[in-house]
Amino acid sequence: MNASRTISRRAFAGGLALLGLGGGAVRAQGFAGLGENAEGFAAVVPGRTFAFPADHGPHPEFRIEWWYVTANLRDASGAAYGAQWTLFRQATRAGAQAQGWANQQIWMGHAAVTSANTHRYTEAFARGGVDQAGVDIRPFHAWIDAWEMRGGEAMRDAMLAPLDLKASGADFSYALRLDAERPLVLQGNAGYSRKSERGQASYYYSQPFFNASGRITIGDKPVEVTGLAWLDREWSSQPLGPDQTGWDWFSLHLNSGEKLMLYRLRQQDGRSDLFGNWIAPDGRSIEIASADNSITPIVMTDVAGRKVPTAWRVAIPARGLAIETTALNAKSWMGTSFPYWEGPISFTGSHAGLGYLEMTGY
Amino acid sequence: MQLATLLIGLVSATALWSGVQALNAQARISYDRAAATFGGARTAMLVGRDDTSFPQALFVDLRRAGWPVSPVLEGRIQIGGRSFRLLGIEPVTLPGEVGNAPTVGRSGLQSFVTPPGEMLVAPEVLADLNLQEGARPSTSSGTLLPPLRVQPQLAPGVLVVDIGIAQQLMNMPDQVSRLLIGKAKGPRAALEAVAGDRLRLVEPDAESDLERLTDSFHLNLTAFGLLSFVVGLFIVNSAIGLAFEQRRPMLRTLRACGVSARMLNAVLVIELVALALIAGIIGLVCGYVIAASLLPDVAASLRGLYGAQIPGQLTLRGEWWIAGLAISVLGALAAAAASLTKAARLPVLVAAQPQAWQQAQQRWLMVQSAVALAVFASAGFLLLYGDSLVSGFAVLAALLLAAALLLPAILERVLSLGQRSARRPLAVWFWADSRQQLSGLSLALMALLLALAVNVGVGTMVESFSRTFVGWLDGRLAADVYVNAKDDAQATAIKAWLRGRAEVDAILPGGRADAQFRGAPIEILGLPDHTTYSEHWPLLESSANPWVRLRPGDATLISEQLSRRLKLGIGDRIEVPTPGGNWPLEIVGVYADYGNPKGQIAVNYAALTRRFPGIPATRFGLQVAPPKIPALLSALREKFDLGDRSLADQATMKAESKRIFNRTFAVTAALNTFTLGVAGIALLTSLLTLSNSRLPQLAPLWAIGITRRRLAAIELTKTLSVALITALLALPLGLAVAWCLIAVVNVKAFGWRLPFHVFPQQLLELLGVAMAASLLAALLPVLKLARMQPASLIKIFADER
Amino acid sequence: MVYWAIPARALKEASNPLGIATGNPIVLSVRNLTKTYRSAGEQVAVLRGVNLDIAAGERVALTGESGSGKSTLLHLIAGLDAADGGEIKLADADVAGLSDAGRAELRRDRLGLVFQQFNLIPSLSVQDNLAFQSRIAGRHDAAWHAELVDRLGLGALLKRYPEQLSGGQQQRVAIGRALATKPLLLLADEPTGNLDEATADDVLALTRDLVTRTGCGFLMVTHSERLAATLDRRIHLHAGLIA
Repeated sequence: MNASRTISRRAFAGGLALLGLGGGAVRAQGFAGLGENAEGFAAVVPGRTFAFPADHGPHPEFRIEWWYVTANLRDASGAAYGAQWTLFRQATRAGAQAQGWANQQIWMGHAAVTSANTHRYTEAFARGGVDQAGVDIRPFHAWIDAWEMRGGEAMRDAMLAPLDLKASGADFSYALRLDAERPLVLQGNAGYSRKSERGQASYYYSQPFFNASGRITIGDKPVEVTGLAWLDREWSSQPLGPDQTGWDWFSLHLNSGEKLMLYRLRQQDGRSDLFGNWIAPDGRSIEIASADNSITPIVMTDVAGRKVPTAWRVAIPARGLAIETTALNAKSWMGTSFPYWEGPISFTGSHAGLGYLEMTGY
Repeated sequence: MQLATLLIGLVSATALWSGVQALNAQARISYDRAAATFGGARTAMLVGRDDTSFPQALFVDLRRAGWPVSPVLEGRIQIGGRSFRLLGIEPVTLPGEVGNAPTVGRSGLQSFVTPPGEMLVAPEVLADLNLQEGARPSTSSGTLLPPLRVQPQLAPGVLVVDIGIAQQLMNMPDQVSRLLIGKAKGPRAALEAVAGDRLRLVEPDAESDLERLTDSFHLNLTAFGLLSFVVGLFIVNSAIGLAFEQRRPMLRTLRACGVSARMLNAVLVIELVALALIAGIIGLVCGYVIAASLLPDVAASLRGLYGAQIPGQLTLRGEWWIAGLAISVLGALAAAAASLTKAARLPVLVAAQPQAWQQAQQRWLMVQSAVALAVFASAGFLLLYGDSLVSGFAVLAALLLAAALLLPAILERVLSLGQRSARRPLAVWFWADSRQQLSGLSLALMALLLALAVNVGVGTMVESFSRTFVGWLDGRLAADVYVNAKDDAQATAIKAWLRGRAEVDAILPGGRADAQFRGAPIEILGLPDHTTYSEHWPLLESSANPWVRLRPGDATLISEQLSRRLKLGIGDRIEVPTPGGNWPLEIVGVYADYGNPKGQIAVNYAALTRRFPGIPATRFGLQVAPPKIPALLSALREKFDLGDRSLADQATMKAESKRIFNRTFAVTAALNTFTLGVAGIALLTSLLTLSNSRLPQLAPLWAIGITRRRLAAIELTKTLSVALITALLALPLGLAVAWCLIAVVNVKAFGWRLPFHVFPQQLLELLGVAMAASLLAALLPVLKLARMQPASLIKIFADER
Repeated sequence: MVYWAIPARALKEASNPLGIATGNPIVLSVRNLTKTYRSAGEQVAVLRGVNLDIAAGERVALTGESGSGKSTLLHLIAGLDAADGGEIKLADADVAGLSDAGRAELRRDRLGLVFQQFNLIPSLSVQDNLAFQSRIAGRHDAAWHAELVDRLGLGALLKRYPEQLSGGQQQRVAIGRALATKPLLLLADEPTGNLDEATADDVLALTRDLVTRTGCGFLMVTHSERLAATLDRRIHLHAGLIA
């Protein structure tokens, strides 16, 4: 597996691979060098008190960070769509922030729209220090090139809402308004998200309660859409163990109004760790950790020359959850510089609903 | 014998042609390297309205408006006295199609962008600077540069660094020279809405600047290659003609035996193609050898003329081999067309000719002359209305073609005049027979005419240039001694020391700054206000008192090349970007600056140092009484440890300049010789062909009682006299070619016009060479004739013809 | 023009009724002539001691089968080739003893040659061809030239070039050229070989007349018994010897 090609998402994709540290040394250390040691960068420790709006902004003392939105949408005829908007930040070295072109931050944007038969995506890169990309806190504004996620004067810091989201590629564009009535949700244990048994972790909060509305244009056909959206914010300096090779990440909107965030980190030896949070409709977030929880691939799809599991069986016995997920479009492949699979899914079984699935390392 | 001739013809045609193609291809590869260097003309780009730099905020604004742009900062820096093009690029936004940079996902990005960064260079630069990878050279003004890293795809002479590092090195914070536009599509705001009128769009150009500049040179090479190829085909044509002549009885017999003409032709074509393939392969190998041996000279020429850097290694692609073989086969078929048609129409029985040879020849000459006149007319038309390099070459080509076509008619006229004035029967026969031989010899004579005319033309041009150049050097190298100190401190010390020397009449400071002007690099020369310059510096044209006008620093002299390229003349105003802002200057004079690939302007030295405070003051000239120069030189050398590169007297500088000059025209000279050689071979093979088919005509004369020796002498005289007439005709044609080169092609190609000189001695020499070549070519068949056994001659009487 | 009225055979019998040499001086005398060719490594003796005399005004046919050495004998007499042994005397000149240049001079001044292929000079007009040899030999005689043109019927063709002439016309030019110098001896090698029978008879009749008019000797190689019979004498070459 070539590190520079297996990177990705929610991901730690903005990762060191950006700097082209591809090659054997990296492969030995999990994807894309995400397992590198964090010397000189700030460490992720339990018990952090989050402060908003400050934490909506960048944390350049940490190596990597992202602002990540996925939306499950429908048009007037009921046809399903998905949209993704991601801004990654990565520091190439620790230490005081250098000015101008010498600045050590590199930014990467990914944007995609998905329908049952179309999947379009694009990417963008920028260096820090020259305002080509960045995140301002007040008023909240995250951007790279012409893509942006903008909170106006009316934005409430505790909810990170409302937001205007825009992105475009050669053959698609979208503009969505995201609004939420509930506060942000801290993932993991009060925002401390463990990634391995050996202490790798990140700071992680989400806004899973967005209602989205706006317009998606694929080719030259605009459609008005509405639906649900989910924002993830995460930053870390060494989020993965050196032997972790990829992940399968679910963010699910249950029809009950509950939300489920669930991810599996796969290891070189074939074992995997499953982490997740069950979020009540009122926003209460509880870490779910049990040996009885499981996710199992049930359909493999040939996409971009590899076999990717696009349907899964998910079981969380303690919550009475036993569902099967299906991709809206099994070919939701992000053929970006660091490719991965990411697309909208729906599920049925004990619970029904919609969500997003991201898979890296295939 | 005709097999050997056929092979020689095909081999020389293919060899010269493919050799030249290999050279051109090699150069193109280098231009591609140069052009692919991060936004040569191959990429669409945005540049400042007045071609000056602009703030990088515009870059950010455009990105945020959806434009897939990437910033580039370009300038020049000097390392070890050599000027390099410094390119600052932004690898993260650099469009993938633009260049092979350490972009996202590739290794080396971090070390490239993180101060001190890295400086990417072609392997040739390392060799030139005599440095190892990883070394950190300093600029001539003492700035430490990033460690060097080799990137083979880069063009020599270019240094590539991160844009942030380039801004620092050039002391141009937050400035960019241009924005490359990626191919990525997507909605974007109108340019004016973002940048107002500060930027303008430059559409991509299929041709790079270097390609445009060097077009003339390659056109020149191609023209020579084509000429050689055509001349080679003349050889093939006569060889095939000979083979056909010899086989005619056999072919007739075969036809009589019932072999169809179609079948016969197919067999002949297959045989020819097989031979052409063999010859093509040999020719390609020879072409490779020619190209490899000429490459250093070509590289020197291109560097000397255009500053283009060509690596000394020849790399060939598969297409080259295929194209070479194809051209060999096609050439052979074209050359054989006439003979094959004849073979196809060969009547089984011989019938009486309806027309006398004279009438047939007359008609052929009329048609050919009419075509020649038409071509002449088009040459005149092109001369009057053409305004490009290609039209210049077209004039040349038309002139040569027309003259070649007209040649047989002129020869026929001269020979028939000779015949009319002849009284003695042998003399009558001499002229009449020469006339009759014309159709067989005309192709070879045309080849000789072309080769000679081109030789005369190019020789005259080079010699004119050489004369002009030497005279110009005398004025230009006005100081007696030139000093280039290591740094400003040493320069100050040397000057202080020199002030105490009685033999030094004057110290003439000199300075040179580099700038980008209207999209191309120019040199700005600082000349001190001193009589040495005002009295000796040669000006082509000027306003009144140009040297006085220079003093205040608001006027400039410009080089002829720059003046022609940008159509600037006396009285025009220009603005040159400087670190302190644009510098408005009025043009008060134009001077010749032969051999400089870059545009140049000359301003007052004091004004230059005010505008470019950072330029090193390390160069200066001295006025010294000539007898005291050697002593002063050795004293300077000893006292300040100055090497040959740092200290030179006028004589050395001149010698060096002339050496470079001569090198520049080495390729031309070599190709000239090749072409003349091939023309000689063409003449030889034509004569051999003729000598075989002429035996039946000579045998009766011998039988009548003219000795073989006498016949041989007459044959030799005949060949030499038509060759002489041809050569004499080639002289005026060559001078016309020279005029065309000097007045049309040179001006377009190099940007300078030379006075036209005629060199009688050179012409005489060439005439001698031509006659010697003809003599050599005629000698073999004539000796064969003189030594021919009577039995062979008698056979003529017995054999059927 | 009384000649035209006399039939060929009558003329023949009148001038040489016995078929032997007349009292005229001998122009050609060949003695013990030998010639050997090397062919495919073998020595082939073509002529093995030929003896032959021809008197002025005598018209002799030389016949023999193919390869009998007819042409070789003719070439040796013409000085086109050198003999291995024996003697050739043309009037008082020893052909075999002459240098190459001397033989050329002899051909130019004293001999007329006519070949099967006519061998005219293609670049010259009929007029120039006719006068060519006599002029270079310095023996041009305008009156004789005019008479030749007239007798050969070439008056209308003088400005033409050889390639524009028929075979018979070309051979007439060749004969005229050969006789223009008033040679001692006219040598002809199958002169009518390329002509049809009627033209051949015509050309040969003309030649006989002109030879008589010139008074030179005439040796004609032919394989035609019919044509041979029209001459004064016939000698047959067999296996390198006169039979």
